[in-house]
Amino acid sequence: MTSPTDERSVEDARPPQGKDRAQYGVCAFLALLGTAVLVDGLGIPHVTSSTDPVGPRAVPSLLGALLLLVAVLYAVDVARGGHGEPEAGEDVDLSRGIDWRTVLLLIGAFVVNAVLIERLGWVISGALLFWGTAFALGNRHHVRNLLIAVTLSLTTFYAFAIGLGVNLPAGVLQGIL
Amino acid sequence: MDNLNNLLQGFEDVIAPMNLLLALIGVLVGTAVGVLPGIGPAMTVALLLPITYGMEPVQAFIMFAGIFYGGMYGGSTTSILLNTPGESSSVVTAIEGNKMAKAGRAAQALATAAIGSFVAGTIGTLLLVLVTPIVVDFAIGLGAPDYFALMLLSFIAVTSVLGASRIRGLVSLLMGLTIGLVGIDAVSGQQRLTLGVPQLADGIDVVVVAVAVFAVGEALWVAAHLRRRPVEVVPVGRPWMGRKDWKRSWKPWLRGTAFGFPFGALPAGGAEIPTFLSYATEKRLTKHPEEFGKGAIEGVAGPEAANNASAAGTLVPMLALGLPTNATAAVMLAAFQSYGIQPGPLLFEREASLVWVLIASLFVGNLLLLLLNLPLAPTWARLLRIPRPYLYAGILFFASMGAYAVNAQPLDLFLLLILGLLGFAMRRFGLPVLPLILGVILGPRAELQGRRSLQLSGGELSGLVGGPVSYAVYTVIVLVLVWPLVRRFVARPLRERGVRER
Repeated sequence: MTSPTDERSVEDARPPQGKDRAQYGVCAFLALLGTAVLVDGLGIPHVTSSTDPVGPRAVPSLLGALLLLVAVLYAVDVARGGHGEPEAGEDVDLSRGIDWRTVLLLIGAFVVNAVLIERLGWVISGALLFWGTAFALGNRHHVRNLLIAVTLSLTTFYAFAIGLGVNLPAGVLQGIL
Repeated sequence: MDNLNNLLQGFEDVIAPMNLLLALIGVLVGTAVGVLPGIGPAMTVALLLPITYGMEPVQAFIMFAGIFYGGMYGGSTTSILLNTPGESSSVVTAIEGNKMAKAGRAAQALATAAIGSFVAGTIGTLLLVLVTPIVVDFAIGLGAPDYFALMLLSFIAVTSVLGASRIRGLVSLLMGLTIGLVGIDAVSGQQRLTLGVPQLADGIDVVVVAVAVFAVGEALWVAAHLRRRPVEVVPVGRPWMGRKDWKRSWKPWLRGTAFGFPFGALPAGGAEIPTFLSYATEKRLTKHPEEFGKGAIEGVAGPEAANNASAAGTLVPMLALGLPTNATAAVMLAAFQSYGIQPGPLLFEREASLVWVLIASLFVGNLLLLLLNLPLAPTWARLLRIPRPYLYAGILFFASMGAYAVNAQPLDLFLLLILGLLGFAMRRFGLPVLPLILGVILGPRAELQGRRSLQLSGGELSGLVGGPVSYAVYTVIVLVLVWPLVRRFVARPLRERGVRER
């Protein structure tokens, strides 16, 4: 008996010449997106005037239809053995499957920053982001990472927000920084 | 003559001490970020865009020119020392460059790349000065139907000429067009695909999209497959070239430039084709054919020059027509738009001083790059050893900062994540990224021009073939679309019959 994660990693590790069935998921996504664009298009009032005989509905309808068409064409291509090459790179090891744990941890760190940035301010949320992503990527020097993270977020805050006028929130540290 | 005066005025602005400092910072930061493995020029420009948000346009563009050439040069350093092409345009440089480095000739490879980039960049920028006004004169007479046709050509070209699979290019383009559709319709004021979220009424900012698919998507993708072993970086001293190297380099530089610039300036150009052409040419013309494949200096000099000249070439359609032809130009265009500046023929009338400052900064940035990079190469090489967790944590950190800084709203961070996951999926399924970015940027403008054309004809589709240029462009489009079919149904059966008759 194999667990679902095992199956997935086996599938991902398979050489690209085999049929890559996950691509049908992309077709489904495109079909869904096309339907959503069409449905949203129907909700747009059909406003036309002499200066705009086409109105705002034409392009969404066309785009929705094209998305559905491409979903079908893509599925045909996949059925005939078509596949895209996963992107390679120096730091990329394609022989192993996708490491979902790292990806989920990164998403977590990202969401924490998005939720906290206005409340706690960039200096704190940005430091958490750096620390969290470094942790997710397998670095276990917690104290050193925290020092780097705080230095980085303080530097960027002073350099960009105060020095160059970039929009970054001070949050709870308002008045202290 | 007028242009020359404008250019001189541009130089005068750039040479002011404060502006020169900005150019210097731009070149330094651009190279430093561009050197980092996995970060190509487009991502460099996208990540560094927020630095300029608080500046005046003139200062921002001076810095930008530095970042642009700095990012380009940084990429070639990476491919020589690490064999990691940051972008497809550096692939060819890596072939011979990395071999040279491994054979102990890293210093010469870096030197010929740096000097070749300088030569090609300078000639390319000069050609930009000469060619752009001609294109502007031509473009000023273009009407809405012509623009619509040109944008359609860009879409078709980017999906079917570049890239391995047409259907995958098309998928990417359509997703980009969908993202571009979000927001209030500029003509009728109706909300489209906003899902009732008020912050989406202004649309999704192109910078957020670019940072998401380039930086976040790449970081997530690499993180999912991170190779857990130390990287091998070829140690390097100060770049230098002997007399023999100079003798073998100067002709490839010039030939590379000649290949690069025209291809960059074409609507479907890019740097891949000219770098490959340059490599093939040098391989054929060389007096040392035995060295090719083992580290021939010509194979670095030519493609590097082609790469930089093509980068200068892409600025011609970008500035004169508002049409980006590669990822870096697309991000540059987004930067223009974030300052409320719309590139196109009118740019040279409305913002003449700005354009000429930008062009003058390209010359200055290019020179600074040469002066800095020869002594700083060992420092850049050390940057390649940065521990990977810090590198990708840093990318996500700066990506988040930049995306938030665009509109100061947390929603953009969630969009960044969602679009970053889209970028991740695109890398998984081998979907090209460029068509998506082009769709986001050009989609809304193509719709506007298309509707404007139909306004003149009262909604009849015949309005789309208005100007004389549009006829020519549609002919090219038809040829591009029909050519593979012709090859498949005519050329192949003919050949097969020929074989059978014999």
